[in-house]
Amino acid sequence: MVFVQSSAETAGRDLLEVRGLTKIFGTLKACDGVDLTIAKGEIHALLGENGAGKSTLVKMLFGSLEPNDGVISWNGEPVTIASPSVAKKLGIGMVFQHFSLFEALTAAENIALSLQADTPLSTISAKARALSYSYGLPLDPEALVGDLSVGERQRIEIIRCLLQTPDLIILDEPTSVLTPQEADKLFETLERLRAEGKSILYISHRLDEVRRLCDRATIMRHGKVVGHCDPRRETPSSLARMMVGSEVKNAERPPSATSGDEILGICGLSRKPAGPFSMPLKNIWLSVRAGEVLGIAGVAGNGQSEFFEAVSGEARQEAGDAVRIRGQQAGRLGISARRLLGAAFVPEERLGHGAAPRMKLSENLLLSRHKTDRRAFIGAGGFVKSGAIQSAAQRIIKAMDVRKSAPDPEAAALSGGNLQKFIIGRELDRQPALMVVNQPTWGVDAGAAARIRQALIELARSGSAVLVISQDLDELFEMSDAIAVMHNGELSKPIPIAEATLEKIGLLMGGAEPGHAHVSAETADAS
Amino acid sequence: MGMAESILLTIATAATPLLIAAIGELVVERSGVLNLGVEGMMVMGAVCGFVAAALTGSPWLGVLCGILAGALFSLPFAFLTLNIATNQVATGLSLTLLGLGLSSMIGESFVGSPGVRLPNLFIPGLTELPLVGRLLFGQDPIFYLSILLVIAVTWFLFKTRTGLTLRSVGDNHASAHALGIPVIGYRYGAVLFGGACAGLAGAQLSLVYTPQWVENMTAGRGWIALALVVFASWRPLRVLAGAYLFGAVTIGQLHAQALGLGIPSQLLSSLPYLATIVVLVLISRNRRLTMINTPASLGRAFVPDR
Repeated sequence: MVFVQSSAETAGRDLLEVRGLTKIFGTLKACDGVDLTIAKGEIHALLGENGAGKSTLVKMLFGSLEPNDGVISWNGEPVTIASPSVAKKLGIGMVFQHFSLFEALTAAENIALSLQADTPLSTISAKARALSYSYGLPLDPEALVGDLSVGERQRIEIIRCLLQTPDLIILDEPTSVLTPQEADKLFETLERLRAEGKSILYISHRLDEVRRLCDRATIMRHGKVVGHCDPRRETPSSLARMMVGSEVKNAERPPSATSGDEILGICGLSRKPAGPFSMPLKNIWLSVRAGEVLGIAGVAGNGQSEFFEAVSGEARQEAGDAVRIRGQQAGRLGISARRLLGAAFVPEERLGHGAAPRMKLSENLLLSRHKTDRRAFIGAGGFVKSGAIQSAAQRIIKAMDVRKSAPDPEAAALSGGNLQKFIIGRELDRQPALMVVNQPTWGVDAGAAARIRQALIELARSGSAVLVISQDLDELFEMSDAIAVMHNGELSKPIPIAEATLEKIGLLMGGAEPGHAHVSAETADAS
Repeated sequence: MGMAESILLTIATAATPLLIAAIGELVVERSGVLNLGVEGMMVMGAVCGFVAAALTGSPWLGVLCGILAGALFSLPFAFLTLNIATNQVATGLSLTLLGLGLSSMIGESFVGSPGVRLPNLFIPGLTELPLVGRLLFGQDPIFYLSILLVIAVTWFLFKTRTGLTLRSVGDNHASAHALGIPVIGYRYGAVLFGGACAGLAGAQLSLVYTPQWVENMTAGRGWIALALVVFASWRPLRVLAGAYLFGAVTIGQLHAQALGLGIPSQLLSSLPYLATIVVLVLISRNRRLTMINTPASLGRAFVPDR
């Protein structure tokens, strides 16, 4: 293998060694005595569920968090990484999960900011363009970052990091916003860097990627290192078991009783961009029938949020028949009116959008259902029936197995997964005829995610229509009866799950036109 | 000197303090800090400039003292908002109140005492040119400085690396910190520069515009400068246009009042504010351009998590 290049003098020597690293937030030990070594010329995977402490660990390695205890050694020397600039000087580069880009600046300016001060500004455009093509991540240096899709922003992050030629590259979930084809290009680049003797710390939820790419893996759970392994010798399910600590079941999808009535009809929906950095929607047609789960795939930032707002009524349309719910024209109706037609909506952002963070769960329940459950929740004279709301909240908590610290805690006090279970349960409790969910399991751990998926499938099988927008292809393949792809504000025809392959969907996500014609011919046959 | 020429001259003199204070505040806001203390720093510059000039007899020393006073007076604001992350709006407002009170105290015994005016430049030959001679070649040094400032700040913000870094700090301080940029350091620099500019603008009032000390002599100019920055979408050349428009309408309505056109004087007095806002709103209609130029972390306290 290419490994021979890391010659005798460097082989076996650790680039980075971490001993007993601990970080405490209040009473929570986010990292608890973590040990980690990264050798020169290896790709090292860091695995764990959300909240396992991975991000906290890498933030300490990059100097943006200060450890409470523990030693970091770089090339055998103990070092204190007091700030990101110290980390950069040592030769550590990082690609962040949550972007650290400047929206009002161009791609080239964003890159310039992290290069050495003596690099002339005028040459950066050309350099960035050349490098981006050689790494298979093409980029327009003059484009404003605010105008770019999330996938393109990720490319800037990666190129910005590579231009600094670091010895250790930390990648935090780099492929979550790339199409499968773009991810392949990234892997080639990473393998090339490994051959050049660079080390890579790779954080990902996608176990297939880890098995394909990484030489070693360190697994974290609840802030502690629970194991090491060679990912190439493991299976995705054995890796998942190590991460979660117990067996993870996939959701079961019984065959659907097809050809129900149309519950949601989208007819020629178009929308102008709402802000300078948002995506217009172009002539979208879609029909979701009773009994089916329809998935919408796509790289983030291709109009999914704008589409969700148009369907939920956060953004009303001029034409009433652009959105039809159970045969009624709903395009001009607001959110509550659409809920009264039997629809339920779960937005992507949990805190601040799906729930009011500083209000109790029962109050959040009342906020979303005061119109639809008026008779149950509001008594004579407009007074709130708190007893009825409390018991409904407890019913939802029990049905969805929401784990909480107090009987009726504030929404912000719940972990992401538990809050999402509550929000989904709050809508399911109404038995809606139409359920529209944006990113149902984003940032939710595997156990809770499986429960949410199962609940949505059961809702569909009981005769409702379910529309799921997600970036997680595995999730869509697990749940959906058909998958449509959103790209650049346009929606493809739905592909029945029996005909859908990762490759086909991936091509559509990247905007490939030839596949489009091919696919629509197929669906025409199928319908 | 003809009537038209003298009107043009007064317009320039009226616009200069607004322009200088607004350019300073523009740099502050581009770094993501909202300093509502412009009025207070300006009035401190005015009183310290006047007192220094009166005591030493040198208007030049007066200008220097005005600049220093403005910069020094911005330091407590910088410390409070940047080091201990107090609310920028409340801190800025208190700075203005403090400045107004403190300046009255310092200047109490100087009310009514004769002032020293900064001499105008005079270039033989060029200054005698009709209409524009005095305007372009016969003004006080602060006028030329104000024009230089606009050019220098434009060049600094959009052509230099330090300017780019400053804008990035104002756009997203968390990202800037993650890149290893010293966010607090850049903001200190910007706030001090804004203070120095406000001090200079104040000194212009008490050493050029009306060479004397009157309590609260800034008369709300600091607030107008603040509004100019926002309505000019944080772009230096638009600040220049706005300041001169405001100066022109101010002088114009004074002349209109003198002519006795039968329009209520209160209405005429409000014209400069109205006209400036209307025009700047019209030119900032391009929402995209406004969004791009608006510092996204404006007014948000930065506390790096450690």
